[in-house]
Order: sequence, then C-alpha cells, then structure tokens
Amino acid sequence: MAFLELDGVVKRFGRNVVVDGFTLAVQEGEFVSFLGGSGCGKTTTLRMIAGFETPTGGSIRIHGSDVVALAPNKRGVGMVFQNYALFPNMTVRRNIEFGLKVARWRPAEIAQRVEEMLSLIHMEELGERYPHQMSGGQQQRASLARALAVKPKVLLLDEPLSALDAKIRASLRTEIRAIQQKTGITTIYVTHDQEEALSLSDRIVVMQAGKIEQVGTPFEIYNHPATAFVASFIGNLNILEAAVLDPALGLLAVAGQQVQAAGPVTGSRVKLALRPEMLSLNEGVPGANSLAGRLTTVVFLGSIVRLGIRIGDHDLALDRFNTPHLALPAVGSDVSISFPREACLVSPL
Amino acid sequence: MSGGRARRGWAWLWLFLGFLYFFIPLLGTFLFSLHGRRGVLSFAAYHKVFADPQFLETFSFSLQMAVLTIIVGLCLIIPTVIWIHLRAPWAKPVVETCSLLPFVIPPIVLVFGLIRMYSSGPLPLVSSRFLLVAGYVVLAFPYIYRSVDAGLRAMDLRGLTEAAQSLGASWGTIMFKVVLPNMRVALLSAAFLTFSIVIGELTLAVMLAWPAFGPYMALVGRDLAYEPAALAILSFLLTWGLIGLIQFASRRIASGSTIGGTH
Repeated sequence: MAFLELDGVVKRFGRNVVVDGFTLAVQEGEFVSFLGGSGCGKTTTLRMIAGFETPTGGSIRIHGSDVVALAPNKRGVGMVFQNYALFPNMTVRRNIEFGLKVARWRPAEIAQRVEEMLSLIHMEELGERYPHQMSGGQQQRASLARALAVKPKVLLLDEPLSALDAKIRASLRTEIRAIQQKTGITTIYVTHDQEEALSLSDRIVVMQAGKIEQVGTPFEIYNHPATAFVASFIGNLNILEAAVLDPALGLLAVAGQQVQAAGPVTGSRVKLALRPEMLSLNEGVPGANSLAGRLTTVVFLGSIVRLGIRIGDHDLALDRFNTPHLALPAVGSDVSISFPREACLVSPL
Repeated sequence: MSGGRARRGWAWLWLFLGFLYFFIPLLGTFLFSLHGRRGVLSFAAYHKVFADPQFLETFSFSLQMAVLTIIVGLCLIIPTVIWIHLRAPWAKPVVETCSLLPFVIPPIVLVFGLIRMYSSGPLPLVSSRFLLVAGYVVLAFPYIYRSVDAGLRAMDLRGLTEAAQSLGASWGTIMFKVVLPNMRVALLSAAFLTFSIVIGELTLAVMLAWPAFGPYMALVGRDLAYEPAALAILSFLLTWGLIGLIQFASRRIASGSTIGGTH
C-alpha cells in the first residue's frame, strides 16, 4: 500500500475545474515533484493534501487514513512556503520550537530537537536571529527546519526556491535533496522549473489544465515523453511537420528529405520532435538520419553554443558544447545534421 | 548644487511656517492659561482644575469608558477583519463603506437613534453604561478598523496562519502567538485613537446624561475663562504623550530589540 494516495481528486471553484481526477500513489520516502505551468492545478493539489483546500471529489489517504475531513493541524503534514512564512516576532530557534511546543514536547526534548534541526540546516550560529535579519536562502532553510522539526508524515514544498536568486537556488536545491534523503521523509515538491524537478525528484508528475499528463522518473519524462505537451514542456524541442511515406517502417518525409523513426507510425502526417542536443553537425554517421540545410545563426549560451539551421520551411536548433577548439562553419554555409532513429519523437499532428 | 540648496531652503521655510501655524495658537492658549492670577504668570488655573473634584470624577469615568470601548471594539473588530482577510475578501468593500458611516452620520443622529431604539421595548438599555460604550464603539469603528486592517496588510496573514496550522496549532494559539503579537503597533494605534476620541466626546455623553470628561470641559468653558485654556493644554499634552508612546513602541518593535519586528 502506498504511503500517500490521491484517488480521483477533483477541485472546482464555481464552474472552473482546477484539478480533474488526480490519481497518484506515493511510496514512503519518495520525492515526487508536481511540474507544470501557471494554473495547471499543482499548487491546489498540494493545498488539498495540506488541508487548506477541500476537494470537491475523490479521496486523500495518508498512511491508510482518509484525511479529507481532517483539519490542517490534525494531518501531520509539514509545509514549506514560497515566501518562507516564518513568524516575524520569533527568532529562528523559537520558530523551530513553535510546533514542538504545540505538540507538548518536554522542554529538554525541545531543546535537543532544535539543536538537531539547526545542525541539519547548518545554522547553529543563527538561532537567535529574527527572520528580517537573515537572507532569503537562510530564511528558507529555517522554514524547512521548522517544518521538519515536528516529524511530519509528509513534507510539502510549494515552490520553495522561486523567490531566490539563481545561485542560491542551485545550492539550496542540493541541500533540500540531501536533507530529504537523510531524513527519509515522503516529500511532495511543487515547481514550474523543469530543471528543479529533473534534478531533485524520484518521480515527476507533469500536469496541464488540472490533469496529469505523465508520471515517471526524470529519465522517462525527458527521454520518453508520453504526450506532445510533455515533450514540448520538458527541455527544448525542434518540432517539424512530416509526411508519412511508410507507416510500418516509420519512414517520413521532411522538406523533401527522408527520415526514419525507430518504430512504426500512424496517420498520413505527423509531428516529428527532435531535441537540440541529439543532433550532430556535419557528421555522416552510418545508419543515422541525415538532413541537409543552411546555417542561419550562432548564439553563445555560456557552456553551449546554439546553432540555428534552416531546413526547407523549418528552423531547427542544434546544441554544441562550447570548447576552446570549437570550429564552426560560417553563417550562410550549407550544412548537414544527423541524428539516430531513436531521437525521433513522433506524435499525431 | 545651488538648486538643491535652494530647494532645501524652501523646504525649511515651509516647515517653519507650518510650525508657526500650529505652535502660535498653542503658545497663545498656554500663555493665556497662565494669567489665572492678575498681574503675574502662574499655574493657578491648573491648580484650580486639579482641585476641582469633578475633574477627577469625570476624567476617571471617561477613562473607564475608554478602556471598555477599546476592549469591546477590538474584540468585535479584530476577528471580523481577520475573517474578511482570510475567508470573505468580497465583504471588504461593504465593511469599508460601513466604517465610513460614522464620518457621514453626525453623532446627534446616532444618539437619537439609540435613545429611540433602547428607551423601551425588549432592550431598555438607555440608562445603561453599555449603551454609551456601544455608541463609542460605533464612533471609534473607522479608526479601529483601519488600524487593524493596516496591521493585517503589513503581514502575510494567510501564509503565517497556514504555516502555524501545518505545525499543529489551533486557532486560539494562532491568534495569541502569531497574529496578535505581529500587529502590536496596529493594536496600540487603534487603542490610543479610541482613547483620544472617547476622552473628549461630548454629544453621546450629554444626550445619554453621563458625567463624562467631554461635558465637563464644555461646562468649564462656558462658565470660566482661564481653566478651559488649561484643560485644552492638558488634553493636548495627553494626546501628544499617547502619540509619542505609539512612536516609541513602534520603534522598539521595528528594531526587534524586545518583542520582534513586524517585517
């Protein structure tokens, strides 16, 4: 039996269906991310687990018990908020103590637990600081410690890094994952940042318009997207229109040139999606697909260089690692791109 | 550079003129209050005011009414405004409009309404102090409402209450440990504004026939010359003392030196 189960959860605000038949089973100790754009229902789902929103339909079970009728303070769910929500009138230490005092822990146990939490977030020296005396990253770490102190059954994080700058976001991301693995707590993480979801999660739930598009490991989601939405939402994609020449062989025609997919395809016209990093430039690989085109742009993006290539009416992006010895053809010159059959993501038009 | 200096010069000039506008009448009143004894400057008028037993009686009565008004007003308005912020934001314009009514409806209309409503019938409260307090709560409503509303806007009320709930806290704990401590300045401000209104209030106290400080000041002003000036200065000092207290409390809280900040 799963530790956290959502079964056919529905949430309507008036006539607006925000979450539609959300079903998910999360195992104990698992780190699951809800990923999607604004308004896809990921935060509403999280808030229903926390008890801040009541589902219109369906059930939510934690460790086998239905919690839908339980008040938020009875669910044993810890929550970390986007804007930290530390109590401004309390020091970090008192913030961490808060839940323990509410749960009537003994003073000696409270003191010990607070020290453990401060040590966990590497803030032993900052226990007497007020929230306004700390940086955003420190405040979020304190917020995480406060949520974990009471030993909740499930930890919920609602876009905890989105208010922080890129560098702190990256370091705190690593820290959150390390703390989660150390404590072994079942965690639900809401984000719109695919990089965060891919780097942190055991599994990702991709959502759109209140529905689950795909549930899978980061590897599955990235390499085998189940729907066109997932394919376009995760990573960068080149989308080409193709005519089907031989459905059984997966033979397609793009701008008058032949391409073969890894398996059979259906329909007469399809969408062919190719990831920029799967494409090679001017490398004739036997057995691989090859398309001829013209180099139109070269854009430096730090560690990678993105090349724009025009093939017929289509503009494609191709990524190369930026090395000191990188030699690129001149803009305007004729080039060829090649890619393996397995790189072809084909979906109906 | 010279432009900036000129602008600063003008700013100081206007500040000085503003200061004179407020200070000269006050100085005049103060000097006038010192003429209680012919030919010499003295505090005789102040001595007379303090020696009058009615001064202390009426002042202490109004003080009691002010404290009761503050307690009743805050107990009524704080939960209401929190409820509006968290659960019924649609009700905000309605309550805001209601909060402006005491500015539009004169106290004399209010008091006649109260007398008519409560002089007979199931609730004959016209001779009860509670009716006076209820009337004062209506008069103080705009000030208490706005102070509390500003205090709640200054904090992330939803985030803090949800964080406390997720840590297992009940609504009582959330109110007394999280919400109220973070709006101390707003509560102090509401309390002192209410105090200032009630201490000098005349219409309700006269029409409901209570021996309050407002009617006493009016009476003294009608029959005596220097004592009203002394009373005016005393009232002024009391009000400024309270405002100073709010400032002092705000600064202490803002610096987080004693009870934490409202940041």
